[in-house]
Amino acid sequence: MKKPVIDAQGVDLTFQTNDGPVHALKDVNLEINKGDFVSFIGPSGCGKTTFLRCIAGLETPTGGKLTVNGISPEEARKARAYGYVFQAAGLYPWRTIAGNIKLPLEIMGYPKSEHDEHVRKVLELVDLSGFEKKFPWQLSGGMQQRASIARALAFDAEILLMDEPFGALDEIVRDHLNEQLLQLWARTEKTIGFVTHSIPEAVYLSTKIVVMSPRPGRITDVIESPLPKERPLEIRDTPEFIEIAHRVREGLRAGHDA
Amino acid sequence: MKNLTAILTVVAALVVLWYGAAIKMNSTWTYDQAERAGTQVTFSELISDTMSQSRPLLPAPHQIVTELWKTTVEKKITSKRSMIYQGSITLKTTLLGFALGIVLGVASATIIVLSRIGRLTLMPWAIISQTIPIVALAPIIVVLSNAAGTGTLMVPKAIIAAYLSFYPVLVSMVKGLSSPDAMQLDLLRTYGASQSNVFWKLRLPSSMPYFFASLKVSVAAAFVGAVVAELSTSAIAGLGARMLIGSQFGEPMIMWAALFAAAILAAILIFLVGTFERIARQLMGGRTA
Repeated sequence: MKKPVIDAQGVDLTFQTNDGPVHALKDVNLEINKGDFVSFIGPSGCGKTTFLRCIAGLETPTGGKLTVNGISPEEARKARAYGYVFQAAGLYPWRTIAGNIKLPLEIMGYPKSEHDEHVRKVLELVDLSGFEKKFPWQLSGGMQQRASIARALAFDAEILLMDEPFGALDEIVRDHLNEQLLQLWARTEKTIGFVTHSIPEAVYLSTKIVVMSPRPGRITDVIESPLPKERPLEIRDTPEFIEIAHRVREGLRAGHDA
Repeated sequence: MKNLTAILTVVAALVVLWYGAAIKMNSTWTYDQAERAGTQVTFSELISDTMSQSRPLLPAPHQIVTELWKTTVEKKITSKRSMIYQGSITLKTTLLGFALGIVLGVASATIIVLSRIGRLTLMPWAIISQTIPIVALAPIIVVLSNAAGTGTLMVPKAIIAAYLSFYPVLVSMVKGLSSPDAMQLDLLRTYGASQSNVFWKLRLPSSMPYFFASLKVSVAAAFVGAVVAELSTSAIAGLGARMLIGSQFGEPMIMWAALFAAAILAAILIFLVGTFERIARQLMGGRTA
């Protein structure tokens, strides 16, 4: 059996706040394999974002063991293993789209001669070719978020972590971006961690759905999706899809009652 | 165009008010003269006299304009009586002080934002510095810089101008350099960015709108600082010194002309800074609206 890319064993995280300790994550066990598309779903405060941040080395667990590619998240972060997409696009308004995508390349010291080639490649992946010279305010919200995904892809990280990237967009744009994201995932074969509030989004995108519940944040269910890799939007009307969605909803309710 | 109409209306109203005030204020002298000569003053004589006294209490606008014309266009620039000569001295002080103020303001803001010790030690002093009247400090600055062997008055004057102009830059830059939010900083962390990367690629560009907003305030402060410096360091040149001479020797024309020259110069400076800001904003991808 091959080793998992992300391996969490009994991960605990307690924040020390002025109102006393807050137990954000409790005994989280999870294995994510290469090429998985894993969604984290749960109500606010269930620790899904916190767990994603732990994987990215932005937070440090207070207990348990968490490795990424066999090394610590901190080391993996320094080895530039992740592309991270936040809820807001967060593009620099003073840089063009191409300039924004070059930002990680500049910081990571890629040779200048390769920059344009990287930009061209990732803009094509997110279907934004021709927008290199535009400034962020000239793009719609959905296009800005696509540009921020392109930015996360620019430096060929193997793992793409996405924290509610489409949460601020309307449903029509969201559907479209979900479709594109699946195509992108199929083409790049990256391992993706995806935090969401939306059950259909989680079911539609994932090969593995992690259902979480709050106080303290923990995993209540892990669902391996039987859906095929090829997924047209209509798949959401099939009985299989509805059944998985039902199970996710049950998991969420169970966590809520507990 | 709409703006221009509004501005011209206000200017016209002010000019009318001014003429009225000039007639009223200067009439005392006219009546006194008439009484001494034992003559009566008709209304039209009153008007023409109050408009043309050589040492009026309040010169009429056209008198000031004439004086300005004489001391700028008709005088040689090398003449001590040329407002252009005097203005250039004030301008030099202003620009030196402005530049010094920007450097000082940006440097201390950087220290304050990047280090906790800097924040705790520098910020209180920066605030206290602005509560001390500059007029009280001016002589000390002159004496100290003389003792340091700077020779001319230019250095202490520029320091005084910088003293007033660094503060707006400092306050804005502290705000600007700390304006990137947690998400922006996290993003750079995921790239494994160094502190210097964070500063040059994120903090500094983010602070630019704040910086430019502060420049307009700062250049005005530097200008006021330069004039105050000329008034309070017993300088003999510059628009401030000209105003002082005008008032001390009972030459209201000189005083008012210097005052107007100062106002015009300040307006030009602010306009230039505004233009610079607009160009920079466009270069940084701002909307062209």
